[in-house]
Amino acid sequence: MGPQHPGRPGGPHAAESAEVGPKIALRALSVSYGDRRALTTVTLPMQAHRVTALIGPSGCGKSTLLRAINRMNDIIPGTRVEGDILLDGESIHAAGTDVVALRRRVGMVFQKSNPFPKSVFENVAYGLRITGVRDRRDIEERVEESLRAAALWEEVRDRLHAPALTLAGGQQQRLCIARALAVQPEVLLMDEPASALDPMATQRIEELIHGLKRTYTIVIVTHNMQQAARVSDTTAFLWMGQLVEYGRTEDVFTAPRERLTEDYVTGRFG
Amino acid sequence: MIGARRLDGLVHGLGASVLVLALSALGLLLWDVVHDGVGRVSWAFLTGYPSRRAATAGILPALAGSVWLVVMATAMALPVGVGGAVALEEYGSRGRWARLIEINIANLAGVPSIIYGLLGLGLFVRALRLEHSLVAGAATLALLMLPLVIITTREALRSVPVSLREASLALGATKWQTTWHQVLPDALPRLLTGLILAVSRIVGETAPLIVIGALAYVPFVPDGPWSSFTALPIQIFAWLARPGTGFRENAAAGILVLLVVLLITNSVAIWLRDRSSRRRDA
Amino acid sequence: MTARTRRVVEGLIERTLWACAAVSVLVTVGIVLVLVWEAAAFFGEVSPAAFLGGRTWTPLFYDPQFGVLPLVTGTLLVAVIAMLVAVPAGLLIAVYLSEYASTPVRRFGKPALEVLAGIPTVVYGYFALLFVTPWLRTVIPGLAGLNALGPGLVLGLMILPLVSSLCEDALSAVPRGLREGAFALGATRLQAAVGVVLPAAMSGVSAAVILAMSRAVGETMIVAIAAGQQPRLTANPLVPIETMTAFIVQVSLGDVPRDTTAYRAIFAVGLLLFTGTLGLNLASDWLRRRMPGAVR
Ligand SMILES: Nc1ncnc2c1ncn2[C@@H]1O[C@H](COP(=O)(O)OP(=O)(O)OP(=O)(O)O)[C@@H](O)[C@H]1O
Ligand SMILES: [Mg+2]
Repeated sequence: MGPQHPGRPGGPHAAESAEVGPKIALRALSVSYGDRRALTTVTLPMQAHRVTALIGPSGCGKSTLLRAINRMNDIIPGTRVEGDILLDGESIHAAGTDVVALRRRVGMVFQKSNPFPKSVFENVAYGLRITGVRDRRDIEERVEESLRAAALWEEVRDRLHAPALTLAGGQQQRLCIARALAVQPEVLLMDEPASALDPMATQRIEELIHGLKRTYTIVIVTHNMQQAARVSDTTAFLWMGQLVEYGRTEDVFTAPRERLTEDYVTGRFG
Repeated sequence: MIGARRLDGLVHGLGASVLVLALSALGLLLWDVVHDGVGRVSWAFLTGYPSRRAATAGILPALAGSVWLVVMATAMALPVGVGGAVALEEYGSRGRWARLIEINIANLAGVPSIIYGLLGLGLFVRALRLEHSLVAGAATLALLMLPLVIITTREALRSVPVSLREASLALGATKWQTTWHQVLPDALPRLLTGLILAVSRIVGETAPLIVIGALAYVPFVPDGPWSSFTALPIQIFAWLARPGTGFRENAAAGILVLLVVLLITNSVAIWLRDRSSRRRDA
Repeated sequence: MTARTRRVVEGLIERTLWACAAVSVLVTVGIVLVLVWEAAAFFGEVSPAAFLGGRTWTPLFYDPQFGVLPLVTGTLLVAVIAMLVAVPAGLLIAVYLSEYASTPVRRFGKPALEVLAGIPTVVYGYFALLFVTPWLRTVIPGLAGLNALGPGLVLGLMILPLVSSLCEDALSAVPRGLREGAFALGATRLQAAVGVVLPAAMSGVSAAVILAMSRAVGETMIVAIAAGQQPRLTANPLVPIETMTAFIVQVSLGDVPRDTTAYRAIFAVGLLLFTGTLGLNLASDWLRRRMPGAVR
């Protein structure tokens, strides 16, 4: 029941074959804040309709990497990016790239849920209104669809016009997911979406991610090894701004190639 | 060591007494004005026109003039000030221009108000030939208000969490959409509070209006922006300058009216701030 | 909306916003242009040396003299009296509020002081003329009805909250650790305040004092109402004087014909006032930037 985008490259039909190339490809990506380097020459492909988990100790550059993909780092003054990121084979840094359009294709859910101080309904409708959807019925339909896709509909259908900030923490985070889904992105970036939630709410989010990957390409940052193992298909381990290891999640957790990875996933540091 | 402790107590006591003294002076001032003026405040005074005889003089044209001035000055300063603040705060690159504008605003806020009067006199009254009209007065006060509006708006914008902007931008909203639909509404209560404080500052401004030639004797309520005008503080000053206790009583009564107006505007500001903080907690 | 129109609209909006910001620069340019333009006409008739160095200011006499020194000393006299009130009192209150006072006292005291700053200056003028001076005259026999002392004291009261709140900011910007270090050595609060906190806050405190001076110099209504219109080269606070601002008011109120030297003199005086306060403001700004923990 999630939003569909038939016909778009990277839509459900184009996905599975290997020749299509990755949905997102980081090419020797480096990011610095002023003269502080946060990410060093990371090369990393991310396949469509897969969940890619980014793990690594605090400060290793996971959020930086994630925010590079929808160019969210642009709003931090003094950020410098070298290398490139390809989305469906096209550079997101090419001259004339429309950042606004890019962000509509690449949605984002933040670590700390940040609903707008408006009603539940308006939170989800906002993304539609700013893209010029005016028709009330269209909007109502899409809001319901998105809330269902975020597994929140049943809980909020009676209080659509209550302030979003009155929802519980886990509900707020799912509302943020619904809000991101409403604009029908192709990619969903999630920065520790469950870190502030209790185990029950966390489980709901994980189930949700599992369901969403049929429609979206998902990149998720997590500090929780079990969570990475449960939800992701591939895992990338970052350490001090560098990509140490990348592969199928199973492999990274059970047979890491690098000593560092092993130490980290077994909890010997970090 | 005992000496040091004694001294410590002395400074404590001294500091407290100076504070009490300053507040007593404030109390004395208010008491003085009330004492002198309260007998003159009446409906007839509030709705009356100026007169040669102190006992029959009223304050209506001045009151109306002040309202006109404040509304017009705010209408001029608000959009420009908020726009400028948004540019500096939301679009501000750390460019040379932004830096220059910033220093400039800080210094404008410290320019004596009478200098704005000279600017208004040279620019609006003489160069643009607006003469002693409400437009000239309001434009002068608007310039005076502008740095205050920019500064308070910037503070209000700065209090908006980055996460709100990020949430909006990440949905593919443009910078302006983000500013208009999310940032400004969130900043609004603080912005209004600051704006009202700026307004209460210009309500009491006298010197710039005197310099641009606002008249003290205006026996009618302004009927439009091109009308000549007087204002509360001008009227007070004019009464104060005349000999005779009758006019001094009028001045005190005028001050009472002015202070009540200020009290009301400031209460509104505080009420707005409290209401918004409650709503945010909800 | 297509992506192209969206970008065009965004660009237009951004340019409009920057234009708004640029208006503030135009205001400064306007001030400078108006003052310089009109003052230039004045200096065509009166030499700058005679203006700045002259000791007699009689612009409205048949044989006018334009020596600005009496206005400058009048201005400084009132400002200095105000500073003698506001600086010690403001500093004491700041030390008291930030180092000694209990939270309820602080919570009540600070906004109550702010009320002082919110009262229109014409009201202070009334207070100076009709309450403070008459009362002072019962104590000081030689005091004239219009004088520098009464308005000076009242002006001090008016700028007091400015001094105290800026000084308090300066004091509280001093890192807690410094203070606690002094307490750990057994210092009393006063010793900590005087020995450690004040020196560290010195640049902030000086910034406050200079800014207060600038306010005092530029203040108009109190002096126009209560200090007189008699330009006089004197340091005697008991007699009527005239300040630069009061002169501008005097000419604005009177029937001085436009396009006379006397009328243009207000712009020359205004230029002098503007330059002086600008210098003070810049100095204060520069000092504040050197405060510990200063942002921007
Ligand atoms: N806005 C910024 N300005 C300067 N440095 C920054 C900024 N944001 C992040 N950094 C630095 O960049 C490095 C990587 O930060 P990043 O937020 O990407 O780490 P992270 O892996 O997401 O950490 P965490 O798990 O704690 O969220 C850190 O050293 C951090 O201090
Ligand atoms: Mg992070």
